[in-house]
Amino acid sequence: MFGLIWLIPAIPLASFAILATLGSRLPARAVAALGVGSIAGSTAIAIAVASQFLQMQTPVTQVLWTWIHVDGFRPEIAFYLDALSVLMTVVITFVSLLIHIYSVEFMRGLEGYSRFFAYMNLFVASMVTLVLANNLLLLYLGWEGVGLCSFLLIGFWYQDPNNGAAARKAFIVTRVGDTAMALGLFLIFSSLGTLDIQEAMRRAGGQWSVGSGIAIAASALLLGGAVGKSAQLPLQTWLPDAMAGPTPTSALIHAATMVTAGVYLIARTHMLFLLAPPIQSAVAILGTATMLMAGFSAMTQSDIKRVLAYSTMSQIGYMFLALGVGAWSAAIFHFMTHAFFKALLFLAAGVVIEALHHEHNIHRMGGLRRALPIAYWPFLIGGSALAGLPLITAGFYSKDLILAQTLNASARLWTVGILGVLLTSFYTYRLIALVFFGDMRTPVTRTFGAAIRIPILVLALLSIVGGFANVPDFLRTALPVASESHTAEVASGMAAAIAFAVGLCFAYLFFIRRPDVAQAIARNPAANALGRLWHAGWGFDWLYDRVFVRPVVWLADAGKRDFIDSISSGLADLSAAANRALSDTQTGQLRWYAAGIAAGSLVFVAIALFL
Amino acid sequence: MGLAGLLARRNVIFMLMSVEVMLNAAGLAFVVAGSQWGQADGQVMFLFILTMAAAEVSVGLALILQLYHRHKSLDADAASEMKG
Repeated sequence: MFGLIWLIPAIPLASFAILATLGSRLPARAVAALGVGSIAGSTAIAIAVASQFLQMQTPVTQVLWTWIHVDGFRPEIAFYLDALSVLMTVVITFVSLLIHIYSVEFMRGLEGYSRFFAYMNLFVASMVTLVLANNLLLLYLGWEGVGLCSFLLIGFWYQDPNNGAAARKAFIVTRVGDTAMALGLFLIFSSLGTLDIQEAMRRAGGQWSVGSGIAIAASALLLGGAVGKSAQLPLQTWLPDAMAGPTPTSALIHAATMVTAGVYLIARTHMLFLLAPPIQSAVAILGTATMLMAGFSAMTQSDIKRVLAYSTMSQIGYMFLALGVGAWSAAIFHFMTHAFFKALLFLAAGVVIEALHHEHNIHRMGGLRRALPIAYWPFLIGGSALAGLPLITAGFYSKDLILAQTLNASARLWTVGILGVLLTSFYTYRLIALVFFGDMRTPVTRTFGAAIRIPILVLALLSIVGGFANVPDFLRTALPVASESHTAEVASGMAAAIAFAVGLCFAYLFFIRRPDVAQAIARNPAANALGRLWHAGWGFDWLYDRVFVRPVVWLADAGKRDFIDSISSGLADLSAAANRALSDTQTGQLRWYAAGIAAGSLVFVAIALFL
Repeated sequence: MGLAGLLARRNVIFMLMSVEVMLNAAGLAFVVAGSQWGQADGQVMFLFILTMAAAEVSVGLALILQLYHRHKSLDADAASEMKG
């Protein structure tokens, strides 16, 4: 069974190749069958491999071939299977399968149907490669592959220049992080002599001392890559704009899988971060700061998908916090539950947007509770899981685990984490209140079939039962186990439950009971200014535009007008001017031509006579 | 005088006639020059000019007919749509 690991990325890749070359000629039914069938095949193999892994519990490496062999540099195309990569692979393929099924109906009849499935398949192939790679170079290949697919899918509706701009922004901002990561890989290879992850971790543990400069540099550079991909401070600005892509894309790439690649990278190379305590605490602080920042921003957004985008950032902030305090498996646990409930929320949001004829503004929605039960119940379940409704939802268990282990490490970060729970609960129920309660403002124009209902129902189920899986125990072979204290867990769980309830009450008060109070607050100038700041994501776009974008554009402009260019552009200008002058002489009037001939012959006769 | 007519006239038929005047003037110049130096070449050249003028007139008249069909006018300036 382990011999089939390579098929998990290979099947979607093959399907991508077929769809990319022949897709536009295939009928839509065949495109859908190929796109979904390939992912179903991968999922089946992933589950079969996982069930066999459960019996063996030992890591497996499958070497396909040597990729490059240059003087000691020998990366292989090889897949490494341990508890971490098994869990990631199963979650990724399974959620992808559900989202692909959803897309069959959601994208039907739209331009670029086969293009969409081609990109999505390529994405799954890259993501699985990233997760299963046994060396950092292959991981980097998958890393760039998912970045490419993210770019292609954000700009999927390329006729609108805004979508193209959002795609470029996502690509360039993550490229900043990727460059740091590439430098990190160079550093690791030059000092450890290998890119094989397990081997490099072993050698790093042997050669580098705790807190040594090189360990700090290597882990800081890897962290740079991780914050870019996972939309954490300071490279978070691309994610809200990435919502320009189709909703299934937002669900799969920008919520469930790709944005958590940074979390996976840090968990995979946790050895390096253990050797660099300052960087590890930087991970925790960055995560916490992002969580707060995104939480405040999510409270004021009016686009339903942007609310979810900010909440994704804040939940990944939780995962980073967990990684930073050494709760490795809690972070991966939260990744799993987050993949379920956030994909659920996005798919349900897609239903709402479709049903209201592409309406994104939550202030123009409302009263959809009766009209759209297929969106209301998933939203309620997914939102409660996101906010951490105690005891029954998956989100509560994973988040509680993170908070309990944070409490062991740092009380200050824990307090902020609890505040984050309050914010999450507030903005989630604000969203639900605005969309599903109150008066109906836009009529529902569409009904939905089984291909959309079934994935939503499955994800809703998983958002509840996913929390009962004992993921940390499963991961103990791959990641270090954090110390557990039962009292801390209970205390932190209680605090989280109280914070959840407070957030819920506030949301209920402001958006259902007394909307006038919320409006009065919104009219207050100070609150209004704060709201606008949060709405703009704390002004990071504005700042980056001033600090980076404009100087670079100015430099490029200045570079375009330098001396060397003036020669070549001067030549072009000269010939253009000559062309204009000559074309002016072509008046089309015969007599002018005759006069020209006569004058010319006179001149030549004169020259012949007098010289 | 022929050249002046060519430049001043706008009617194509008159322009063609002006060209004929110029050709005849050139032929006359050849004949005069031939008799001045006592050589037959001038008259030979005039015969050539005569045949060429006949051919030129036939082509020119055909072009004028076409021009008239296209523009319903004999004005040379009307045919200026090839302006650069």
